[in-house]
Amino acid sequence: MTESVETSALTPLPGQGAPAGQTGTVVRSTVLKRLFRNPLGIIAMVILLGMALLAVFAHVLAPFDENFANISKTLAAPDSVNILGTDSSGRDVWSRLLFGAQLTLLSALLCAAVAIAIGLPAGLLAGYYAGKFEAVSNWIVSILMSLPGLIVLLTIRAAFGPSVWIAMIAFGILISPSYFRLTRSAVQSVRNELYVDAARVSGLSDLSIITRHIFSVVRAPIIIQTAAIAGVAIAIQSGLEFLGLGDPAKATWGVMLSEGFKNVYLTPTLLFWPALAMALTIGALVLLGNAIRDALEDGEKIKHRKKPVKGTDKRTTAAPAPARQSRYAVAPAVDAGTEHHLVKVTHLGVGYPQADGSIKKVVDDVSFHVDRGEILGIVGESGSGKSQTAFSILGLLPDTARIVAGSIQFEGNYTAAPGEDVVNQGRLSKLRGKRISYIPQEPMSNLDPAFTIGYQLVTPMVRVLGIPKAEATSRAMKLLSDVGIVNPKRTFDAYPHEVSGGMAQRVLIAGAISCEPDLVIADEPTTALDVSVQADVLDLIRELRSRLNIGVILVTHNFGVVADLCDRVVVMQNGRLVEEGTVRNILRNPQETYTQVLLGSMLEGKEPMSMLVSSTAKGAAS
Amino acid sequence: MIRFILKRLGSGLVVLFAVSVLTFFLLYISSGSIARNILGDQATPEQLAVKEAELGLDQPMPVRYFSWLTGALRGDLGTSWFTSEPVANALATRIPVTMTMVFAAMILIAIIATLIGVAAAVKRGWVDRVVQIGAIIGDSIPGFVIGIILVTVLAIQLGLFPATSTISPGAPASAWVLSLTLPVIALLINGVTGGAQQIRSAVIKQLERDYVRTLRSRGIGEGEILSRHVLRSAAPAGLTVLSLQLIGMLGGVVIIEQIFALPGMGPLAVAATSQTDLPVVMGVVMYTVAVVITVNLIVDLLNGWLNPKVRAS
Repeated sequence: MTESVETSALTPLPGQGAPAGQTGTVVRSTVLKRLFRNPLGIIAMVILLGMALLAVFAHVLAPFDENFANISKTLAAPDSVNILGTDSSGRDVWSRLLFGAQLTLLSALLCAAVAIAIGLPAGLLAGYYAGKFEAVSNWIVSILMSLPGLIVLLTIRAAFGPSVWIAMIAFGILISPSYFRLTRSAVQSVRNELYVDAARVSGLSDLSIITRHIFSVVRAPIIIQTAAIAGVAIAIQSGLEFLGLGDPAKATWGVMLSEGFKNVYLTPTLLFWPALAMALTIGALVLLGNAIRDALEDGEKIKHRKKPVKGTDKRTTAAPAPARQSRYAVAPAVDAGTEHHLVKVTHLGVGYPQADGSIKKVVDDVSFHVDRGEILGIVGESGSGKSQTAFSILGLLPDTARIVAGSIQFEGNYTAAPGEDVVNQGRLSKLRGKRISYIPQEPMSNLDPAFTIGYQLVTPMVRVLGIPKAEATSRAMKLLSDVGIVNPKRTFDAYPHEVSGGMAQRVLIAGAISCEPDLVIADEPTTALDVSVQADVLDLIRELRSRLNIGVILVTHNFGVVADLCDRVVVMQNGRLVEEGTVRNILRNPQETYTQVLLGSMLEGKEPMSMLVSSTAKGAAS
Repeated sequence: MIRFILKRLGSGLVVLFAVSVLTFFLLYISSGSIARNILGDQATPEQLAVKEAELGLDQPMPVRYFSWLTGALRGDLGTSWFTSEPVANALATRIPVTMTMVFAAMILIAIIATLIGVAAAVKRGWVDRVVQIGAIIGDSIPGFVIGIILVTVLAIQLGLFPATSTISPGAPASAWVLSLTLPVIALLINGVTGGAQQIRSAVIKQLERDYVRTLRSRGIGEGEILSRHVLRSAAPAGLTVLSLQLIGMLGGVVIIEQIFALPGMGPLAVAATSQTDLPVVMGVVMYTVAVVITVNLIVDLLNGWLNPKVRAS
């Protein structure tokens, strides 16, 4: 979801700058190509180029000098001599607009140049060497950022007199923190990347590392930032001129606005031209910055579609699918003889619509079922679609995901009926938490850091079961001790950052079973934990299964966990189901080559002592 | 928590002190022609010398700064060189007008930008597109130009609002509201468009966090997830945006007051700047920086209250 990445040009974009730098000219040329394919980007560039040309050739194009006043022809309407009319002193508006463009653009450039000259090297040094230099510069940055720009410029004006250039140098210094922060965070994010280490090992000096590797990373964000800052500089410079604090001998858009405002009752059009020039220039800068940022973002933008794309998926057209169901309609009856399964997934396909209209399938033709009291393992490498399958049962796929084929049923009712392109949230929201629950992979990121563990356990029980808070609290305490937490009261009152990862995972398991579900979906529940804690958590799940007679779907890449815990297992690869069977059969006698490879590689990690023996034996066998 | 507050307060005072030194030396570094500015070109060298001595300009810079500082600590910011009015008095009569507008605009920005930003993040689709386009337009037109457009169209052409304000402190509230409406709108438009955009990104970022999915899996409703969890986690980002906008607004309000002829801090600051009335300029700078530091302190405290991790450290 590239759109969710920081969208403001004023925030650092290290992640987006990185690909351009790492892969060199090939990517850069496609970025340029994408930029030139963006109509708004082209419009922005044309406007800026036009403004620049008008400014450069102002002396040639302007029929009059900027201060030439024809006293006998004041506030005149446009005619053949003064094509935009004259102001209250009889000066030619068109000529002043051109000279104003010159001064405005030059002052914006000066401001950006000063800000880059200060912010960029300081940011590079602070990011690369950190330490004292960074601490001091951070302090200076916090001071500069607490100063209102215009007030500082008033001070500079009072001290040094009316000079556009001094004002812009001062504003450049004031705004340099934006480059500093951007560069510093970009450098910090790549400083420890492998390729920088590699460069260091290969004997490159710090200077050449900075220029070669890091500079290429910050280049793109700096261009975006410069577009934004040039716009801000034009605005503040014009504001200062509008207040009458600029150099009276120079024609600028701000002075022209002020002149127009004084005559607003007589000739309001005097306001129009400088305002238009400013809005066009600043607007073009903003659009250009946006266009560059869009071009840098990867082309794989996902379109938000309400309907599935027809004809791109063979199965949906080929299969005798029933007519599409309205999501409010009553679910059709499931196939007879399958009602007794706790959950049944039939020919499930999950995909993401792409910008070019195609659908990228992540799950394809997957079928399995789980019964009460049974633990089913879904095994596969990352990217095999196992988590996507699990989330489609929970109805927690990202908004852009589509069910492109098949169906899901829970206790004999469809949660995604055949032909429905999304999981039916109306039906699932009644099941989630109460009947189906979820144990996530990363314990820490799955607890809201702002609320106590107790709150996060109690609230779902109050909402889902409708029990009073006091009852929920005592149940939460019992749950915490059930999952092996020695001091439940202390954990109950703690914030997530105050407990260990293993403890947090126990809390999440307690949360998952708090409303006594029938199906628990555990997504790699032990992967993020220490080895010593892993066994405890597996024991816990096993014990829950037999005590509560629940069905469990265990998503994992670890055959060791499967062997330890599961009754049956399905193996997935590239979104497809490769093999299915009882754990005993699959482990002893894998039929598919992929399962054999997977088993071989899993065993390597499991038994360090016999690693060489077992892997060579496997290698010889296959 | 108390240590946290004291630490922030301390660093705020250090910044205030650093800014006062910096500004003072910057302002007075080229003060050679001040006496001539005040007395005019006809003044004799003796008269100039007398005036400089009267203003204390014959003393070395550190001495002058020290006497300003001791005065400032007692609430005495010196007197204007041109009107002889004490700077503190001049500020006190004008600050209420300025701050009424600034804080009214701040509160409105906080409310409107949050509503629009959240709607764009949750609904996406056309709401989102409108917010994006609005952000581009808002970024393209400086606030004071919006002010000029509002005056020209709504006040002068259509006569819906008073174009300029001859408001006096004793005027009825309705007159105040009417004359402050347009200036506040001019102040807040950039803030709303920019703020909505930032809040949108912050909310989207939170909505994609793992814990949101887990809350959904626990059966917590979307409304509760949004209002209790997501908004709370996105709030620090929103507060930071708001405090940056306040800093910009304290400058922007100077021009807006000039446009609407409001008796706030702006005209005072502009007049003092063009006359090189240094004590007044110094007073204006110190006052604005003090406001910024106070608001930043409040934002820090709110963030501490919102984030238990910050609170603990």
